[in-house]
Amino acid sequence: MSEYSLIVQDLKGRYYSAVFGVVYAVDGVSFSVKKREILGLAGESGCGKSTLLRLLTGVAEPPLRYEGGNVIIIGNDGREYNIWQMSGEELRREVLGKLISYIPQSVFDALDPTQRIRDFMAMTLEERTGVKYSGEEIRKIVGEHFERLGLSIDVLDRYPHELSGGMRQRAVIAISTYLKPIVLLLDEPTSALDVSSQKRLIELLISFHKDRIIDTIIFASHDITLLRQLCQRIAIMYAGKIVEIANTEDIIYDPLHPYTRGLIESLLPLEETIKKKKIFGIPGAPPILTAPPAGCRFHSRCGQKMDICKIKEPPFIEQDGRFVSCWLYGEER
Amino acid sequence: MGQPLLEVKDLTKYYTSGYIFTKKVLGCEKVSFNVNEGEIFTLVGESGSGKTTVAKLVMRLIKPTSGSIYLDGKDIYLYDQKEYYTKVQAIFQDPFSSFNPRYSVERVFDDVFKFLLKGSNLSKEERQNLIVSALEKVRLSPEQVFGRFTYELSGGQMQRILIARALLIKPRLIVADEITSMIDASTRVDVLNELLHLKEREKMAVLFITHDIGQAYYVSDRVAVMWKGKIVEEGPAEKVLFDPETEYTRSLVKSVPKLHEKWEI
Repeated sequence: MSEYSLIVQDLKGRYYSAVFGVVYAVDGVSFSVKKREILGLAGESGCGKSTLLRLLTGVAEPPLRYEGGNVIIIGNDGREYNIWQMSGEELRREVLGKLISYIPQSVFDALDPTQRIRDFMAMTLEERTGVKYSGEEIRKIVGEHFERLGLSIDVLDRYPHELSGGMRQRAVIAISTYLKPIVLLLDEPTSALDVSSQKRLIELLISFHKDRIIDTIIFASHDITLLRQLCQRIAIMYAGKIVEIANTEDIIYDPLHPYTRGLIESLLPLEETIKKKKIFGIPGAPPILTAPPAGCRFHSRCGQKMDICKIKEPPFIEQDGRFVSCWLYGEER
Repeated sequence: MGQPLLEVKDLTKYYTSGYIFTKKVLGCEKVSFNVNEGEIFTLVGESGSGKTTVAKLVMRLIKPTSGSIYLDGKDIYLYDQKEYYTKVQAIFQDPFSSFNPRYSVERVFDDVFKFLLKGSNLSKEERQNLIVSALEKVRLSPEQVFGRFTYELSGGQMQRILIARALLIKPRLIVADEITSMIDASTRVDVLNELLHLKEREKMAVLFITHDIGQAYYVSDRVAVMWKGKIVEEGPAEKVLFDPETEYTRSLVKSVPKLHEKWEI
């Protein structure tokens, strides 16, 4: 059996807009996620985190277009699903909700305000499995799953606005995990939350992961201090590319890529040391993705740039079990 | 320490809507604090705690239901409006909507001389020198920004232009409401460093408002924690954030994820 649950190879996605032209939002991303792993996806706004997650679901709605690469999900039976090679029908029947589930940024948008939770659940199940369930049947089949997530069965009879923020979040997670997907994708689920609810959500995810309700998680967030609490590994994205992937501890204590280092050094966590030293940001701004620069996309802001950085794109290489895309590392120059 | 620069006393604001069946929503209740000269005082709290209501009241954008605010011992509503805004300036959350998109960067500065500093009678050259030196203080070069429209700049650059604009006016107090929330994480700290410069070099006082407790600690001399419209705890930043006295503050700082520590879950 494969040790991986998701393999991504040279994935590309672009936005085509009449006003802005072509936006190279995800431009050749490769990584893999092991079974039972929680991977953090970090990066600043506009770096392509959300686009990458959307491409991982195999669905791209205009103006986003899939432009190549593979997303392979490995089922529990060892079967490989190359989801961009599948038809929309196959995708709906075999992949969405069953192999991979996606929770968007705002849980308020994830539920239909005009439907009771049970009707929404029934609709989702019909879409995913082709079987139509009545409200009573829904109560029977999903009740136990809801209770396991700390929700009473009565929640099924409620409308989303009748639930508190925390219950709504649990309900969204309950619906997304009912078919036991292998990979759960979460896109900045805490960005609209206060710190206390944010902490509760992280605790919830960790306990679901421990209880094997969720197998593999990819959690996108701009907040590295938050990813640190949850993830085993962190991937750092910059201007449409992953520049570094390593264990959480390595990213924080021993980052390799100059961008990762700058980002970690610019953070202001609530720790007594931050007031004793002078902290600086990374000079400059990320490139505009309608016209990404030649060479390394970070070179104009990098303090260690060499001539080659301006001309040739650095390869994504492995060094001591870590992956980095920077000319400072590796043999081939 | 003498008289505080800004004195807020028992400030209460209810937002009301409707005429017959009026509905009241609490903005803030019995809020009192002082901001001294040359210090950064921070209101920190979760969303809906009333921080921005206080900022708007101090900026005279809304009127209090009860309570009063004094600047240099004088009620802020006794100042002529223009005079008040030469003493107190604000920088808000969203730099993109703080500017008229049809204005060039020069016009933003020219308007300062046209409206707020009308009586200054400076020659064009003197004005230009003042603008250039203000831009240099926030580490923007004139070549970088002159001749461009504000929407062509990054969020961090826009916030720095607003700080430079404030430097021209030389207010006594700057109200900075969530000024980093729309700025990239890797450049956020630079905007906060500008606030520290305002305090250290220009001796200005800053009323800083944020939900980010790490940021609050980094810039503040003193902080007040707000919750449900009230101040629950106030004191030196180190004391309040690392050795809090109230249950609420304790649970708040405990929920903040740290970089070098892991939650025990």
